[in-house]
Amino acid sequence: MSKYDKITTNAVGRVVPQIINGKEAVPFLGVGKFRPTGRKYAPLISTCADFPDDGNKTVPSLREALIRCGLKDGMTISTHHHFRNGDLVGNQIFDAAAELGIKNLTWAPSASFECHSPLIKYLEDGTIHHIEGSMNGALGKFTSEGGMQGMGVLRSHGGRYQAIQDGDLHVDIAVIAAPTADAFGNATGDRGSAACGLLGFALADSQYADKVIVVTDNLVPFPCVPWQIHGNYVDFVVVLDRVGIPEKIISGTTEITKSPDRLLLAELTAQFCDETGIVRDGFSFQAGAGGTALSIGIYFAEMLRKRGMKARFARGGSNKYLVKMLEEGLVDYILDGQTFDLEGVRSMRENSGHLNTSPFTSYNYHGKGNFASMVDVVILGATEVDINFNANVVTHSDGYLLHGIGGWMNCLFSKCVILPIPLFRDRMPVIRDQVTTICGPGELIDVIVTERGIAINPLRTDLIDKLKGSSLPIKSIHQLKEEAERICGKPSLPVLSDEFIAAIKWVDGTVIDAVRKVII
Amino acid sequence: MPDVTLHLIENANLNPLNQEADVATIATTGNKGKGIRSDCQVTLEIRKSGGIDIQLVSKVKVMYGDSILSLCNEIFKFYNITDASLLLEDSGALEPVIAARLEAAIRQLTGSTKEYLTELLPQNNYQTARDRDRFSRLYLPGNSPALMINAGIHKPNGIILDLEDAVAVSKKEEARFLVRNALRTIDFYGAERMVRINQVPAGIADLDYIIPHNVNLILVPKCESADQIRQVNSRIKEIKEAKGISGNIWLMPIIESAMGVLKALEIASSENVVALAIGLEDYTADLGTRRTNEGTESFFARSMVVNACKAAGIQAIDSVFSDIADMEALKQNVLRSKALGFDGMGCIHPRQIRVIHDNFAPDEAEIDKAKKIVNAFIDATDKGLGVVSLGTKMIDPPVVKRAQHTINLAISMGKLDAEWRVEFVEAESKK
Repeated sequence: MSKYDKITTNAVGRVVPQIINGKEAVPFLGVGKFRPTGRKYAPLISTCADFPDDGNKTVPSLREALIRCGLKDGMTISTHHHFRNGDLVGNQIFDAAAELGIKNLTWAPSASFECHSPLIKYLEDGTIHHIEGSMNGALGKFTSEGGMQGMGVLRSHGGRYQAIQDGDLHVDIAVIAAPTADAFGNATGDRGSAACGLLGFALADSQYADKVIVVTDNLVPFPCVPWQIHGNYVDFVVVLDRVGIPEKIISGTTEITKSPDRLLLAELTAQFCDETGIVRDGFSFQAGAGGTALSIGIYFAEMLRKRGMKARFARGGSNKYLVKMLEEGLVDYILDGQTFDLEGVRSMRENSGHLNTSPFTSYNYHGKGNFASMVDVVILGATEVDINFNANVVTHSDGYLLHGIGGWMNCLFSKCVILPIPLFRDRMPVIRDQVTTICGPGELIDVIVTERGIAINPLRTDLIDKLKGSSLPIKSIHQLKEEAERICGKPSLPVLSDEFIAAIKWVDGTVIDAVRKVII
Repeated sequence: MPDVTLHLIENANLNPLNQEADVATIATTGNKGKGIRSDCQVTLEIRKSGGIDIQLVSKVKVMYGDSILSLCNEIFKFYNITDASLLLEDSGALEPVIAARLEAAIRQLTGSTKEYLTELLPQNNYQTARDRDRFSRLYLPGNSPALMINAGIHKPNGIILDLEDAVAVSKKEEARFLVRNALRTIDFYGAERMVRINQVPAGIADLDYIIPHNVNLILVPKCESADQIRQVNSRIKEIKEAKGISGNIWLMPIIESAMGVLKALEIASSENVVALAIGLEDYTADLGTRRTNEGTESFFARSMVVNACKAAGIQAIDSVFSDIADMEALKQNVLRSKALGFDGMGCIHPRQIRVIHDNFAPDEAEIDKAKKIVNAFIDATDKGLGVVSLGTKMIDPPVVKRAQHTINLAISMGKLDAEWRVEFVEAESKK
């Protein structure tokens, strides 16, 4: 099987394959243009006659659970990233598979982290054929340099739900690491020594995978409540000594920034939202886990407090700052998609206004609406933006694939999308003639806030009108690009191979871009 | 009096290695390693044969590898170097930084005094007024390029490129090239461009690298006499004449010792001095006491400096506040400082700038009072009256001048509308 075939040019002018790892793929047709047909994917019907009446589904080891799930060559195994860089389960699955001599697996994580770098040896020896999820850090470098046998597939959080629901991504065995579970398979993330908040990323897998294994280090007597994952979907439960490293589960980016340059970005962004009337009584926002985004939340809180107003809801990435807003009455609800610190976990247990969401409710493009498009303003990052406001989050300007998409693509449907980004990082200008990889089409990206000026997408005449006479440093994106190049010099473009190593799937499953191998 | 009539050229190289140029063949300049950004380390060996060999290790090699190599080749050509081995370990340094590092290495090895000057930005060519606002002046270590590039975007009134305490002794020489290139090529977006030289007499030699490159103000540390200021002025004058430079270069001596405090008035009254600053870390050490947040131990010194400045008609600038995390303590410190009569304060982190500006700025009560006085003055002038009065009180011209200054400040800091008088007169007429 060749990695890819049938090259074409898609609606944003990117050259992409139409066959990826032997499967048909639709090239990106434009935002909202692809209309799915048919019915959702369905897992096999089970009968409780095959499961113990006493509800005890425990088996002695992960290896045995995998064997009893019928693990064989070519299967797809999924994992989830709610333990972030503290995950102890993902690597063990493939250690067991390699011991059993299994080959050509597809690994479908909701995201990968540095802690998964040891899996490179299984990509090298053929235990794992390719990754569908994200390829971060060392895995990304390995992929970029052409090390992976198959073609990598990157999806957003919502895109992953969509792909599993639509049958684009069939999961044979889902392994759900759970901070607390009972022997029936009910599981929760809001308590236990590896408490991580919620398990929303595993929802699709529990619903659609052929076999589901829950792995925990905190087995409680039935019932485990709240049952974020329903045991009725679960085949086996495995108890390990430890499933995660608590201090690494807490994300490294949940402190507000101390960098004066980033604080300036946050301040300019907050002022922008204020002057355009976005910050008002009953508004909603989503700010990610990065230091700049967190600081913007703090500026929002200050404005609300001063004016006696409150936000209706905030989408998280929850963290202590958002929890403080909730508990202070500055926001009615946190709609949490991923819990970034222990304060978030505590709040989820204690506050009725702190709600569990999943990629299904928040992001899935093939549903009857989702929460992301109802948010008034979302603050996101990017590695690059081009003069047409197209943005990149997965590759660097040297062509290396180093990041996953996360919920970034899904969030682009918010009413106002703002990217606060430094005009250059060290000597790397962020605004380019053309992004190395398109992850988001420019029509969905409204504002670029840099320390040396703010560029508004010309399509957003409403925002431009509202800021007439503002003291904010409004500039064109071309002016910003020229300013960066005056300081840094004009960068050369990387010379990349013709060979593709990974595909970037848009929120509807179409291929928006493909990443090329770097030449070393 | 130390000899300050050194020739520019002879004085240009202070590196002891140079005295043994035929022995030392390898020079290392710049910085590398964890936490180093926007800088590079140059390891240069000048050889007798073999041509130019450049090894570039850079995170921006794909984007700027070719341009970095051509810059290095150009610099080698400029210094007539035909045989050398260069290892350039780059963490995203901009061109003026790479050029400064390579020039420092070459001059260390060859003893050359030729200057490889990077582009002088036209927007960097400005003068500053003697009495301009100097609420905040941001200290930047003179050998750390990463902090220089974005310093101006935080809008301090002044930016100090520090050659003195913030630079390790072994890095003093190379820092001069970096500071010089920064003055030429980095846009500080209108901030007053300041350099703190080393203590006189050693600091006199720093001036050669600074004066010809659009510096607005020189900070003279640990100043203890008017004579030291005379030495600085005289050297500046020589350089200006030699290079045909016009325009003012102001001085801000820093009082950092008991002797300095006692000589404050003669220093404040010296030529080109526009402000005295006080440095309390060294001062308290000199007194043999410890610096406290309340500042009781430095009350005399601060008051002496303020009084000397006011007597000489110049600005008084307070010491830096070193706890960069505690904005509330900084605010209290600024308010105390303002109450003592200081006009500004140093800062060591951009986050302090806003707090310093906001609290040195006139407060509501001061603005209200100033509005009344300025309004009374305009009324009196309109009516052709020689005497300005407010209610039953006569107002002296210096009070009017100060009120006008308060109003101008409030307007420039966005605390008052430029057309304030329209509303004011209307409100007064309704009373």
